[in-house]
Amino acid sequence: MEWDWNFVWQIMPTLIEGVKITILATLLGSMLAAVVGLGIALGRRSPNRIVARSIGFVAEFIRGTPLLVQLYFIFYVLPDIGILLSPLVAGVIGLGLHYGTYTAEVYRAGIDNVPRGQWEAAKACNLSARQTWTRIIMPQAIPPMIPALANYFIAMFKETPLLSAITVLELMNQAKSVANTYYRYIEPITLVGAFFLAISLVAVVLLRWLEHRYGRVER
Amino acid sequence: MIDWSGYLSLILQGAVVTVQLTVMGSALALVMAFLAGLGRLSRFAALRWLATAYIEFFRGTSIFVQLFFAYFVLPFAGVSLTPLQAGVLALGLNVGAYAAEVVRGAIQSIGKEQYEACIALNLSRWQCMRRIIIPQALLVMLPTFGNNAIELLKATSVVSLISLADMTFQANIVRSQTGNTLFPFTTILILYFVFAMIITFSMRALERRMARGLDGVRN
Repeated sequence: MEWDWNFVWQIMPTLIEGVKITILATLLGSMLAAVVGLGIALGRRSPNRIVARSIGFVAEFIRGTPLLVQLYFIFYVLPDIGILLSPLVAGVIGLGLHYGTYTAEVYRAGIDNVPRGQWEAAKACNLSARQTWTRIIMPQAIPPMIPALANYFIAMFKETPLLSAITVLELMNQAKSVANTYYRYIEPITLVGAFFLAISLVAVVLLRWLEHRYGRVER
Repeated sequence: MIDWSGYLSLILQGAVVTVQLTVMGSALALVMAFLAGLGRLSRFAALRWLATAYIEFFRGTSIFVQLFFAYFVLPFAGVSLTPLQAGVLALGLNVGAYAAEVVRGAIQSIGKEQYEACIALNLSRWQCMRRIIIPQALLVMLPTFGNNAIELLKATSVVSLISLADMTFQANIVRSQTGNTLFPFTTILILYFVFAMIITFSMRALERRMARGLDGVRN
């Protein structure tokens, strides 16, 4: 079977439709992951031992099990207990929860990296717990985290093809449906690969810039 | 009330496939990691470029796309793989690319004085790597290798989408046969988590064993 450029141009509009959903899912998933991660990181620091432990265990559990199975769980099990979700919403929740457990570690490291003196100074200035977090700790903790967070968002982007398994019409699913219609696999699947590679390479450049901009390279 | 024991054994059959994939994929990943990781540190520019291209390609595209490429596109190029072969190939090459960076980082983390000592003792480059550098670097790599192995375990769930009867695939069969979603998906979530725990603990045990007698040597 030969590579056919005419076929490539013929299927391009369908694939672009998929690209849009892929990017949308990544953006929404990233936002959710950023929030969930912060929640988990703060929950694990809770003075209540039981809360801290159980949140820690749930996070470990989510991190130790495959995203695909979690997506199936959200998509197939939740409707049985009365929670109906559209495929895209289920997918975004799955991505957000799964990557939230990873970003939680980034937040934890970032918060731990704020020197003790800052906490003591906040206490000395008689700031409330809320003020300490929002005015002192977070503004110092977040910038160094940005490259690491971006790293996970790129990883999430590469996992979005899994959403095709729960019938989200993202890039991979569009490519599969095109492939099944014309029974030509080379062009659609290769294009999907090329697309992901292209975005990833751009993302790597962006990441280098972020690391440069916000200092402190991990290794 | 449905008799679950039959369905449970179906899922356990899938668990065997998952374990097979994880073990074989890890073996391939380990080989690729050392080949590419050492390749990146090679004296020969061609080898360095080859290793970098391999690493960037497999880290830049998603495992899902690689798997589909191996299973659907390679047959058109005259390479026909069984689902298991395609699965092991894609998983091993993908995780190998990530682990290659771990190998490179660990080897680079070994101090310059070790290389100077090699030269002082008139060891050949190969002897120096084999006897001095790698034994020390291995200990640095181990914890991250453990994480990589868990990533690989989680990635095995994706092979269910190329009709390989792993745990996730069997859970879907149970779902479609019984209409019950909670039982199959909860069961496999727990099984995946148990497998991940086993990897974590055995890696820790291995690390302790290898670090034996190194107290005070490592800082």
